Amino acid sequence: MSPFLSFIQKEFHHIFRDHRTMLILLGIPIIEVILFGFAITTEIKNSKIAIFDPSNDIATQRIIERFKASDYFDVVQYVHSSKEIQQVFRQNKAQLVMAFDERFYETLLHTGKANIQLIADATDPNTATTITNYASSIISSYQQELMGQNKVPYQITPVIKLLYNPQMKGSFNFVPGVLGMILLLISAMMTSIAIVREKEIGTMEILLVSPMNPLAIILAKMVPYFLLSCVNLTTVLLISVFVLHVPIAGSLGGLILVSLIFLLVSLALGMLVSTLTDSQLVAMLMSSAVFMLPVILLSGMIYPIANMPIWLQWLSNIIPAKWYISAVRSIMIEGLNITFVFKEIMVLILMFVILVAISLKKFKVRLE
Amino acid sequence: MENLQHTDTIMQSTKVIEVNKLVKRFGHFTAVDHISFDVEKGEIFGFLGANGAGKTTAMRMLCGLSKPTEGKGNVAGFDIEHQSEQVKKNIGYMSQKFSLYNDLKVWENIRLFAGIYGMKDQDIKEKTALLLEQLHFEKERDVLVKSLPLGMKQKLAFSVAIFHTPKVVFLDEPTGGVDPATRRQFWELIYDAAAKGITVFVTTHYMDEAEYCNRVSIMVDGRIEALDSPQNLKTAFEAQNMDEVFQHLARKATRKAD
Repeated sequence: MSPFLSFIQKEFHHIFRDHRTMLILLGIPIIEVILFGFAITTEIKNSKIAIFDPSNDIATQRIIERFKASDYFDVVQYVHSSKEIQQVFRQNKAQLVMAFDERFYETLLHTGKANIQLIADATDPNTATTITNYASSIISSYQQELMGQNKVPYQITPVIKLLYNPQMKGSFNFVPGVLGMILLLISAMMTSIAIVREKEIGTMEILLVSPMNPLAIILAKMVPYFLLSCVNLTTVLLISVFVLHVPIAGSLGGLILVSLIFLLVSLALGMLVSTLTDSQLVAMLMSSAVFMLPVILLSGMIYPIANMPIWLQWLSNIIPAKWYISAVRSIMIEGLNITFVFKEIMVLILMFVILVAISLKKFKVRLE
Repeated sequence: MENLQHTDTIMQSTKVIEVNKLVKRFGHFTAVDHISFDVEKGEIFGFLGANGAGKTTAMRMLCGLSKPTEGKGNVAGFDIEHQSEQVKKNIGYMSQKFSLYNDLKVWENIRLFAGIYGMKDQDIKEKTALLLEQLHFEKERDVLVKSLPLGMKQKLAFSVAIFHTPKVVFLDEPTGGVDPATRRQFWELIYDAAAKGITVFVTTHYMDEAEYCNRVSIMVDGRIEALDSPQNLKTAFEAQNMDEVFQHLARKATRKAD
């Protein structure tokens, strides 16, 4: 067996004999993608809504139908007086009450204007804002329909304007971000720890005295972790599609290609970390805590890069996850073809080459 | 005449380590200061010195891990500065820190290092069986190294270091933390290796071990202050044992141990 293959075999022994670590490495991505996938979402589904409809005419019926059909609301109760509205909130039966004017349709037809009151439980202000926005958007869509039919300007006023994308596709945006973060952190952590561990137990010295060249050592370390990362990639993609219901709109092949390149970049990043420290603990802190913040904040995962000050936008360019997330969004959500993410792929490949070059240089310097 | 000359050249080529005015500087600090010595084939060469005297730095240069600032060195017939890859192929190395993988089995450790040194699968198989028999490790073949006692681990580490029959084996404080009885067993392995023609270059803290060496050099502040057989050194310094010789020389040190 060639020295390189013997070495790879040894790495697999290290991995498979350490059950706990293997379980963590393969389990963390699953847990994280589920947690983040469900937790990081601004979407609020199945909000309970109560309705006060003294008018009970064709327009109010239509609007209520729309609420019933929506995923965002469950119509739980009809109330018949303003006193009852108070009770609904006190007993926590609904988060939102929609109250129509009396003679709603009539007023609308005659004056072209009618009012709907949206009363929300604002103990959680964010949720309150979000669900009133959903409600207004549903009402607006009815208004649009009405205007389309009659070409007369009708105005139904819950004055809150439509702030939200009615399809709420935005929530899918989080999944590429979560993919990018998890793959980067786990892969970087795995390689950095694997190399630093050899330094810590002293076997690295033996390897350096051996005829194996440093590049071969580094590559042999990367191969098993690359395969392990591929397992992680598969599980997180499966969870994204089947548990979080994020469709892969574009080409699966393109998505996998970009992901594999991104994994290489992450592994190389871990390698670089390993050349900077001699302790497994520091390596782990660097590749998790230190990387996590920039990845979360600057990759566009949560906060849009376009809203950042120029210097932060510029800084975000050196975050590999930014390019990956952007590519995954294009392919997975927008359904674009691989040629549209050519730039991202090139940037990631460049990053990989630079990282390997720096690590190798650092690795050799250590021998002096 | 011709015959004599021939033996002469053979005699010359039996120098496995040749070091001439080797210097290593780190900035303004001279860790190794013009050291020169030769080591013969099959010799057991003790490399002594207090902590910080420059032993490790010198040894790293000989192993091709570190480039000399000045001077020349040849190990196993190759220049340590320009042919470090060749040097690495022809030496074995065992460090004071642990040299084997704890989570690999005994035979897997042997196979790994033999593989790294480019031995053929068939050779590895045959030689492994032989080695396990010699060490009486047959039962431990499939045992993870971490469950072996320290003395056994060190014997195994040494055997692995010379498994590919290097010309020189470098031992960096190989017997640290082991009781005298086990240390003696360990030295039996070293004698066996030397008898087979493997040159042994060993650093140690234990002065009783220094007595086992054919020749001993003592480094003080980056320089070699004494180099001879233990017997001659004791006579020259009028000392009872190597410890006295060492104390006498080490007292001159101005450099602090690190």
